[in-house]
Amino acid sequence: MKGAQIFVECLKREGVKVIFGYPGGAVLPLCDVLYDSGIRFILTRHEQGAAHAADGFSRSSGKVGVCLATSGPGATNLVTGIATAYMDSVPIVAITGQVATHLIGNDAFQEVDTTGITRPITKHNYLIKDVNEIPRVVREAFYIARTGRPGPVLIDFPVDIQRKEGEFYWPEKVEIRSYKPKYEGHPLQIKKAWDLIKSSKKPVLIAGGGVIISNASEELKKFLEKTNIPVTFTLLGLGSIDVEWEYSLGMPGMHGTKYANFAISEADLLISVGCRFDDRVTGKIDEFAPNAKIIHIDIDPSAISKNVEVDVPIVGDAKLVLKKLNEIAEKIDIDEWLKKIKEWKEKFPLKYERNGFKPQYIIEKISEYTKGDAIICTEVGQNQMWTAQYYKFKKPRTLITSGGLGTMGYGFPAAIGAKVANPEKIVIDIAGDGSIQMNIQELATAVYNKIPVKVFILNNCYLGMVRQWQQLFYNRRYAFTCLEGGQPDFVKLAESYGAIGYRVTNEQEFDNILPKVLEEKEKVVFVDCRIEPEENVFPMVPAGASLTEILDGLA
Amino acid sequence: MKKNDQNQSHIISVTVENRFGVLARIAGLFSARGYNIDSLSVAETEDPSISRMVIVVKGDEKILEQIYKQLNKLIDVIKVQDLTKEEHIERELALIKVNTHSFNERQEVMQLVSIFRGKIVDVGKKTLTIEISGVDSKIRAMLDLLKTFGIKEVIRTGKIAITREFK
Repeated sequence: MKGAQIFVECLKREGVKVIFGYPGGAVLPLCDVLYDSGIRFILTRHEQGAAHAADGFSRSSGKVGVCLATSGPGATNLVTGIATAYMDSVPIVAITGQVATHLIGNDAFQEVDTTGITRPITKHNYLIKDVNEIPRVVREAFYIARTGRPGPVLIDFPVDIQRKEGEFYWPEKVEIRSYKPKYEGHPLQIKKAWDLIKSSKKPVLIAGGGVIISNASEELKKFLEKTNIPVTFTLLGLGSIDVEWEYSLGMPGMHGTKYANFAISEADLLISVGCRFDDRVTGKIDEFAPNAKIIHIDIDPSAISKNVEVDVPIVGDAKLVLKKLNEIAEKIDIDEWLKKIKEWKEKFPLKYERNGFKPQYIIEKISEYTKGDAIICTEVGQNQMWTAQYYKFKKPRTLITSGGLGTMGYGFPAAIGAKVANPEKIVIDIAGDGSIQMNIQELATAVYNKIPVKVFILNNCYLGMVRQWQQLFYNRRYAFTCLEGGQPDFVKLAESYGAIGYRVTNEQEFDNILPKVLEEKEKVVFVDCRIEPEENVFPMVPAGASLTEILDGLA
Repeated sequence: MKKNDQNQSHIISVTVENRFGVLARIAGLFSARGYNIDSLSVAETEDPSISRMVIVVKGDEKILEQIYKQLNKLIDVIKVQDLTKEEHIERELALIKVNTHSFNERQEVMQLVSIFRGKIVDVGKKTLTIEISGVDSKIRAMLDLLKTFGIKEVIRTGKIAITREFK
């Protein structure tokens, strides 16, 4: 068997059904084998789209997503997508072609040091130098990607080795002596944690992306219902459990709810489950949760005590640790605290003024219509924050968004990946007019491959989030953030690719088309929503301020 | 020793898979996270599939803890040990080329070398090259004394270290 055949056979053994990719000189042998391999190959129109699609596929399904690109520019175009997956712990395997081994290091045509470039943004990477190591490398790559704290793994595959003759074998077990992820939390630490929880008067639980990655929603729900501890969700933790639960506080942090930030600031105990205390969550770190002891459950030891000092660290898988906690958890006496939480929730709800066509209204309506059943992807910026605030997430893996890296242009290709993984679900991308143009070429991918995603462009003709900061902190000098000049007609644009395009300018028009859009089964739909141009995301904690210093546009 | 002394020096021993690119991974980790490496030495161990790196870094407990965790997170890293926390022996090797313009100078240098239990490993017309090994302070003392003669060139290996056995 040739190297490329061995490789594809390995992919099949790993259960790969779909690859998002883009061909090129250094992956010709691989593509030739893939052509009639039975693995579905989705040709994107840019390698970045392929990486994000693999990422969206993975986040929405929990499976490893796979993308493929050629050497040189193909590989560098994957970089943003790989970094996005790395920051949010998404298991993808990226396959890149490389120039022939005898040319490596010679500045050959389309040669870059791919493993060098991707070293800091992958969990691990490989350069295959021998046809006989292909099965081991592929097996390890998938294993490393999906175990422990998941993450992207890259395999750089020189073209001459793709052509070389070798033997196929399949290693039944993966044995990496230097990689043994720990899943069980230490029983003593769990006991210590419960003792702290039991004696706390004002506890708050922060559910992070780790809850969703470890499929711990059931366990979390059980724990919360037993104890009634109020819960707040980081951006990547949204959907852990129903955000409308009685003691749910929504999202904390920079654009979090006031009551979440008040609760954290007054808490005497924080229980973090799979959250890494990102600066967008903590605000000014010295004033974060000043009165609270902290219990930190995380599978990655390096996440513990990195940003905040932790009192009880528990290294382990969120699901298994919560399971153990549930064995000893019982109702705790925090009625006073719950009363206060309820008061805050009543007194400081999320709100916006209903004058004009508001983005928040759009999200609320989509939320009402889909009842938390759809998969919602977002781009980055205001569209993302409004979605996080106003969509009522109920289930895990229903929000697909670039949290850590904050990658504009992520949502549309990620939606394509999510729809491929979940053909029976409604998949929606909430976009801005800026972000959507960053990977707009994927319209061709979606239309041609009959991947009917729905895109709502919250079109304010601005790079809205940056403009908001300029309005608030740079004296309304809107440097380089106005997109009005040069903005395409999104309806015609969609139509030219064979998608359906709508334009709506008010609530009435929006209400009229919404059912039609969401019930469209065959076609890709773009909805150009001409919203109030200078609407802002509030509440807002300015960067570097403490969580109690909240700006509120309505005050 | 204060707990939060940022200039506290630590000798970290890292055993890694003896593979292509591992040094770059480790060096990359230090630069990406803004930690400074004072010295680093790498060589194969008694098991040819494993290499040992001895890295000297400065930092307080918190930084050290992160370095320890981040190193452990690398797939190719087998074991990380802070040797400063244990009884250990450390050594550094230096090769020093020193000017000796007269017979007397030469005599004097040779005496110093013998006191420090070093070796003369090369003799030039106007230079002597000295090999000396020991702890950092010993090498510094030697260099200090040789300064008066004029040091032409120095090369130092960086520290290596090994734990003591009590059994």
